[in-house]
Amino acid sequence: MLDKLTGALDFQTRALMLRSERQRTIASNIANVDTPGFVARDYKFGDALQSVMGGDKGYSVTTQQARTNPQHLAFSRIGELGGGSGKAELGYSVQAQPNLDNNTVDLDRERANFVDNTVRYEAALRFINGQSKTMLAAITGQ
Amino acid sequence: MSMFSIFGVSGSGISAQSQRLNVVASNLANVDAVAGPDGKAYKARQVVFQTTLMGADSAAGVAVRQVTESDAPARKVLDPQHPLADEQGYVTHSNVNAVEEMVNMISASRSYQNNVEVMNTAKTLLLKTLQMGQ
Repeated sequence: MLDKLTGALDFQTRALMLRSERQRTIASNIANVDTPGFVARDYKFGDALQSVMGGDKGYSVTTQQARTNPQHLAFSRIGELGGGSGKAELGYSVQAQPNLDNNTVDLDRERANFVDNTVRYEAALRFINGQSKTMLAAITGQ
Repeated sequence: MSMFSIFGVSGSGISAQSQRLNVVASNLANVDAVAGPDGKAYKARQVVFQTTLMGADSAAGVAVRQVTESDAPARKVLDPQHPLADEQGYVTHSNVNAVEEMVNMISASRSYQNNVEVMNTAKTLLLKTLQMGQ
């Protein structure tokens, strides 16, 4: 019964969680724009959301590489909602122009991605707000 | 809430860039410094950035790993009247390249602004999330 009330919100909630994870990934890229050797990370939102919804229990973003040193960046899991089976790969951004210091952050692209992600995060928020208002109106009656 | 660590990530970026700006200021202030009594002139300094983990897995901040001194040869200017001139009449200036430092300054200030913008956006989004359902 309660599941039917909140089920409609589920999709947007997961989209919102993924958006905030992506926001953090892009923020890391922007913070490391001058770090030599830093490799920019990102993931395909559509694929990630699909695997989240396909898993239907929760989500985790995994990579294949092994960690040989505890100092290495572990991007193995960027978040979990419950014990999930859905998985999505956190990939490496493809370099548009080679850099002498092996940094692969393309600041213009990251900024564009950041703004894009911001707008879509707000859109997901509005969807949630709209749906919850609809439900509140329905259960309040007059 | 994963968005809160954006403040840590961008904050580390801001502090690293401000340290870089500090080093640039020190270099530019000493651009015309001549060799002191020890015969060694000021050497241009440069920061080395390194990625640091900020607790959460995908949050990669940045920190200044070390400050290095430039090995570029010191600038020598012929000025026999100068009290610090050597036997040949040359005065040893610092090895700071003012043009390089200006470029460094602009780059640091742009990166600083980018990080501030990221923090502002994250703040706006979190505030809007707090108002969810109202």
